[in-house]
Amino acid sequence: MKSLAAVFAESLMIDPASVVDGLAYQSIKEWDSVAHMVLVTALEDNYGIMLDTDDIIAMSSVAKVREILAKYDVAA
Amino acid sequence: MSARDELLASPPFALAVAEKSRLLGAALAELTAHHAANCPPFASILAAAGHSPASGIEATPFLPVRLFKELALKSIPDADLFKTLTSSGTTGQVPSRIFLDVGTAQAQARALAAITTSFIGKDRRPMLIIDHPGVVKDRTSFSARGAGILGMMTYGRAHAYALRDGDMALDVEAIRAFADAHRGKPIFAFGFTFMVWKYFLQALEAADITLDFPGSVLIHSGGWKKLEDEAVSNEHFKAVARQRAGFEHVHNFYGMVEQVGSVFMECEAGRLHAPSFADVIIRSPLDWRVLGLGEEGIIQVVSAIPMSYPGHSLLTEDRGILTGEDDCPCGRMGKTFRVLGRIPAAEMRGCSDTHTARAA
Repeated sequence: MKSLAAVFAESLMIDPASVVDGLAYQSIKEWDSVAHMVLVTALEDNYGIMLDTDDIIAMSSVAKVREILAKYDVAA
Repeated sequence: MSARDELLASPPFALAVAEKSRLLGAALAELTAHHAANCPPFASILAAAGHSPASGIEATPFLPVRLFKELALKSIPDADLFKTLTSSGTTGQVPSRIFLDVGTAQAQARALAAITTSFIGKDRRPMLIIDHPGVVKDRTSFSARGAGILGMMTYGRAHAYALRDGDMALDVEAIRAFADAHRGKPIFAFGFTFMVWKYFLQALEAADITLDFPGSVLIHSGGWKKLEDEAVSNEHFKAVARQRAGFEHVHNFYGMVEQVGSVFMECEAGRLHAPSFADVIIRSPLDWRVLGLGEEGIIQVVSAIPMSYPGHSLLTEDRGILTGEDDCPCGRMGKTFRVLGRIPAAEMRGCSDTHTARAA
């Protein structure tokens, strides 16, 4: 299983070092709505979960993604 | 909590008329005051029209929707601008420009999710997009169609495209692979009305292909203008979608780029529904008075969503008729209505009209 930073870095095609808790959806051009769907699929594949619609809309930052993953018993 | 926040946090089809009038009326009054304070052209229009602050849904001053083509109307400083939406703008027409900040964009996404999940559920179903993959490929400049499809993709997973890039022909292989991979599971399909009809349903008929998707839901939107010219009614569209593509539930929705998020979805009983945070008012084209049930007039749409631009109350260029309030057999609360078509002499528009068919 890949780390959360690695999943983000690969999905958004950004440097893993820039994946910090405060990184917010739509705050950089690489994390746009298209990349968001790529990220959702990558998270689902990596952790073997299925996110629901409300989760996807609530995924507004790296910290928030971690919080949502915790609901699925994923410690990321 | 403001009336707007309260409305946006409540379930979309649960408010009965008394409570809705109170909350939405208050939210719209808040928005009118907000835009008057933050959008000088809007304040000038109100002053010129002699508007005095009043509460109540029907008392909300309205702008003609085409004003967003003529003026750059925003209620935010340029530094807060997050995204500009433009309408389809068929050749020769000026597109509308809608200015969004992060807050309004998020409110749009939440509202659309609340409405859509009321029809397809919270679980993201395998999704067949009735369009070609290229429509969402150029990330720097989406068409109105691309942006609409992208917004809907959130509610699906394992996305597949039914049409091929380039010639818009059926991608039979992709459709079969999608059907095989998700056999027995209810799927979700989305496309623009004209694209679904012209390049999917008619192409299936021409190729004599019949599909079967038990439990599936097709949602489509973008306007009927071109299909009316071909004399295709909603009923006929649904029947073909069911028989040919095997789409069990078919829902059209009415909405516009000037009020993204508050869409009016057609329910199981075939009526378009206003969600709690939006409403529809039918006005007389002669004197703008509010018309009642069964009276044909011009559609005005109001929405509690627009904060970053003064689009909370708009007079459309469509004709419509109210069919009821809080009494739909489907059980959802709120007003229901039908759209009858464009008013005469209105310019031709609609997202799905942007792909002009080549001469047959």
